[in-house]
Amino acid sequence: MPMMMLKGNESTAYAAKLARVKVVPAYPITPSTVFPEKVSELIANGEMDAEFLPVESEHSALSAAIGAAATGVRTMTATASQGLAFMNEILYIASGMRLPIVMAIGNRALAAPVNIWADQQDTMMVRDSGWIHFYAETNQEALDLTIIAFKVSENENVLLPALMGMDAFVLTHTMEPVNVPEQKDVDAFLGEKEINYPVLDPSKPATFGAFVFPEHYMEFRYSQYIAMEHAKKVIDDAFEQFNKIFGRGYSKVSGFQVEDADILFITMGSMTGTARETVRKLREEGEKVGLVKITVFRPFPKDEIIEITKNAKVIAVVDRNISPGFAGAIFTEVAASFTNVKNRPKIIDFILGLGGRDIRVENYEEIYKRSKKAMRGKFEEVQWIDVDEESVKEVEGSL
Amino acid sequence: MNYEDMEFFAPGHRACAGCAAPIIVKWVLKLAGPNTIVVNATGCLEVFSTPYPHSAWRLPWIHVAFENASATASGIEAALKAMGKKEGTNIIVFGGDGGTSDIGIQSLSGMAERGHDVLYVLYDNEAYMNTGIQRSSSTPFGAWTTTSQVGPSKPLGKEEFKKPIADIMAAHKIPYVATANPAFLPDFKAKVQKALSIKGPKFIHTISSCTTGWRHDPSKTIEIMRLATETGIFPLWEIENGDFGHRKITYMPKQRKPVEEYLKPQGRFRHLFSEPEKIKEIQKMVDDWWAQYEHPQ
Repeated sequence: MPMMMLKGNESTAYAAKLARVKVVPAYPITPSTVFPEKVSELIANGEMDAEFLPVESEHSALSAAIGAAATGVRTMTATASQGLAFMNEILYIASGMRLPIVMAIGNRALAAPVNIWADQQDTMMVRDSGWIHFYAETNQEALDLTIIAFKVSENENVLLPALMGMDAFVLTHTMEPVNVPEQKDVDAFLGEKEINYPVLDPSKPATFGAFVFPEHYMEFRYSQYIAMEHAKKVIDDAFEQFNKIFGRGYSKVSGFQVEDADILFITMGSMTGTARETVRKLREEGEKVGLVKITVFRPFPKDEIIEITKNAKVIAVVDRNISPGFAGAIFTEVAASFTNVKNRPKIIDFILGLGGRDIRVENYEEIYKRSKKAMRGKFEEVQWIDVDEESVKEVEGSL
Repeated sequence: MNYEDMEFFAPGHRACAGCAAPIIVKWVLKLAGPNTIVVNATGCLEVFSTPYPHSAWRLPWIHVAFENASATASGIEAALKAMGKKEGTNIIVFGGDGGTSDIGIQSLSGMAERGHDVLYVLYDNEAYMNTGIQRSSSTPFGAWTTTSQVGPSKPLGKEEFKKPIADIMAAHKIPYVATANPAFLPDFKAKVQKALSIKGPKFIHTISSCTTGWRHDPSKTIEIMRLATETGIFPLWEIENGDFGHRKITYMPKQRKPVEEYLKPQGRFRHLFSEPEKIKEIQKMVDDWWAQYEHPQ
């Protein structure tokens, strides 16, 4: 298998090529733009056999993706931030129509103030849209998870769209060595795209997007809920099969030094690498700390999180997003996971890295310090890290 | 093949009595035949034709949202191309005036500019009828709607002009743009047939009376739509490849009837009859359009 130096956006473009995607509608937005550029280039060079639609908006990108997927071909697009917000209406329609579209996201902050850098607020905003969520830590993962996303989405017990998030610039624009799989292996993994759902076919007319009254609407929503429940096992199976063919293992949640750890960081995306470095460093200093990485955020790996954190005294959730009025999204999910668990650890939410502010080893050391203190005493549930509190106080006043 | 004896739009749907939209749809589909995929923008047509679990569509049909029918059609066309199935398959969009001239104009413009092989049929009932008669950019000057109310401070109703959507589409230099009126069925059919025989984006602007919003007797639909053309308010024409210099009038009224004849039977214009100046203004607008056509400057 050839190693290539690829940016995150190029990894997902190669994934599209290897998955033999047939239609790619896309609209440029930083930091996702390299994806449509690369797809356009691969098509122009004759390396990829697909229709590229340079549409006039993100809203139309996803609408065209729905048209294509409903006609029965493998379809992929990419966007970020404002573009994802603009698509919001159509996200729910894609999942409601049960169309297996895959979308790569360059996770970026939302305006205002406008900011193009790493932040996971955009995909947290669409948490409830009925899409499966994968998050990559590296460009290798971005490629692999995109291919896996097709496998899961197209499963006849799932038939839900999937997004694959990678942090703006840290992954989208940074080159890393990526092991690009052989076409024949990806073909073996994905198989021929089987049309196991009704499509827009004149020989078998079907009505898509009908007007549904209260006596039927709930059953459609319940079906989506069940499909997402099915996805839990389908994802595990897809990870296992991927590992068999490619020798790279994934799981919805993965641990590092968790066994005897009193304090566990929970991370998602590119911030994980720095957390791992910090854990190594603190371990050398004799600290009992570990790390849990979330790779799949929807369906939320509740049982896996409860299991992997069972020995921990404090869970330090790292949220690169904030829901003003409550807390970060990952904290909300993790805390809710323990609702009916008897012996639950203390759970603290640390907000940092918004709008592309670097997440550094010192930040994790600070989180560790505060978590250790919380182990024995009172603590603030939501804590901001690496923020100039004083300058804000001058304007907003103290709490 | 001739499919005029076949119905691809089934009876039993829930359109109001006298609604022109089903007439338009049924005739377009008869001319298109079974190898057709239909895309529908949100609107009356979508709601009255697909009350789940029923559907009036005997063809593959998709409704995604209000503003994106053209984008959806673009994706369908791309998928058919990718599968090698585009040849011989019609893709037809039906959109109302809101979904076409207002919220959908961006995706429509995009589809036209990219050159997708799609026939877009606007059924223009000149207001947001599905939500209860709110003004759109396609509502004519002087019309009452629930958001262009008539009262002592606002005696006119809608104070702005109707957006010339068919001209806007012709300005895209797409191969075929026409206006059509189901009250002139042979002309209507000829235009649909011609559009379907041309590759690329095609746009047909049809007038589509709404008895509820226009406030007329449901039995008068065809009569009133006929008057729209006979008074010269809704001229029938076609433009190919954006060649405005060769706008072809396909029905030339020998003597245009006065606009009052069209306005009078419609409750939405009732208030104008106490403002005769405004009727003169409408007459002048119509006369100016024809003068411009006959003696372009």
